[in-house]
Amino acid sequence: MMKIKFLAFLIIFFSITFNSFSIEPDIFVQSTVNRASKLLGEDISKEKKIEKLKVIAKETVDIRGIGFYTLGKKRKSLSDQDKKRYAELFEEYFLKSFSSRLAEYTNPEIDVRNKEKLNENYTIVNSILKATNERPEINIDWRIYTKNPDNPLIRDLIIEGLSLARTQKEEFASVLNSNNDDIEALFKVLKEFSQD
Amino acid sequence: MIKKIIVIIITTFTLVSNLHASSDGDLILKKNEPSEIKDCSETFNKASFALNQGLDKVIFKPVASVYRLMPSPVKTGVSNSLNNLGNLVTIPNNLLQGEFALAVINSGRFIINTTVGVLGLFDAASYLGFEEYIKEDYGQSLAVHGVGPGCYLVLPVLGPSTARDTVASLANFFGGDAWYNVTVRNDTQYFRDVDYYSSKVTSGVDFRAKNFDSIENLEKNSIDFYASVKSLYLQDRQQRILNSQKIIETQDDSDWEEIETQ
Repeated sequence: MMKIKFLAFLIIFFSITFNSFSIEPDIFVQSTVNRASKLLGEDISKEKKIEKLKVIAKETVDIRGIGFYTLGKKRKSLSDQDKKRYAELFEEYFLKSFSSRLAEYTNPEIDVRNKEKLNENYTIVNSILKATNERPEINIDWRIYTKNPDNPLIRDLIIEGLSLARTQKEEFASVLNSNNDDIEALFKVLKEFSQD
Repeated sequence: MIKKIIVIIITTFTLVSNLHASSDGDLILKKNEPSEIKDCSETFNKASFALNQGLDKVIFKPVASVYRLMPSPVKTGVSNSLNNLGNLVTIPNNLLQGEFALAVINSGRFIINTTVGVLGLFDAASYLGFEEYIKEDYGQSLAVHGVGPGCYLVLPVLGPSTARDTVASLANFFGGDAWYNVTVRNDTQYFRDVDYYSSKVTSGVDFRAKNFDSIENLEKNSIDFYASVKSLYLQDRQQRILNSQKIIETQDDSDWEEIETQ
């Protein structure tokens, strides 16, 4: 009897402990957005903002996952060495592109509205970027990778139904197509973008 | 001349279409999948794209940058009027797509906004609880009936399109757009040609102004701006054809699933 009670206690204890660490995707998005928004509203130089945005991106975005999605079918034919090189170059490219895109906004107001679980790995979180005098309200959906519920990560931003990851994937495919599928050409373009 | 146009239309349809008596969402989704749409005339398209970028720099961007400084009520009024005129193409396309209830709603919307809404300046219908206005065109109607997009095209001045959408847009000039009929096609004494053309130019400026920062941002941060615009345009068309903003309906998740095994 004592053993059963102890076992029951253990099961309840672990399930409570386990659940308390998992982060709901919508709460994760809202807190990430609040962090970025607070930073963008700070009275610091654009360069400093970019540096701090990079830190937020490293913690909340699955850069490696996006990188391999973006590479499309080409990823299957890369050597381990090229994959490693690509992952490094992509991270630099992504952080620059991501942070300089966001740094243009001052104090963006984003409200999380809804979420839809696609499967164990993905949840789509719906939000809106509030209208300003210069632009209308914008719907932004976030593809959240939830394989590890304790550490959800952003994998895509879908703005008014248009996926940034998919656009980037087709951009990369275009670079490869116009260079006889040569990965070195893509490496060169990514390097140039990051150093520019 | 008309014979020639008819021959071109028939030939193009034979080339681009793959008509099916009935088509479901999956088939339409597959046919309009951006990555599957071929860029058959890439050299021409890229030249046309460069021309459009030049025109944008010299005309559209400067005009849009001034336009976006106008007070919000003015810009909203202009947008509302353009949407109201757009209804004249949307309503016949609601009918062509078998969306009869929407055709009735949009007709009501047009009547209310043209009268109570002072020639469309105010979206009175939305205040009265009419459902959100969704634009439709002849390209979307053909797609809904199973016509494939054909090749990707970049038209000088007009911008991105597909073979299907370009051919379908000709319907506007053969009686399919009531606004064109009363301004350019027929001499109604109430409107002039310039009314039609200025509405089209204003529509271009309105679009550019609404997307001013996004376009600048995209151009600055793209490694291949031509490919980015192509992808965004084709994703947008796919979404409009399916009348869905739900990402799970317009995105193929297989690639995301595949990277799990990397």
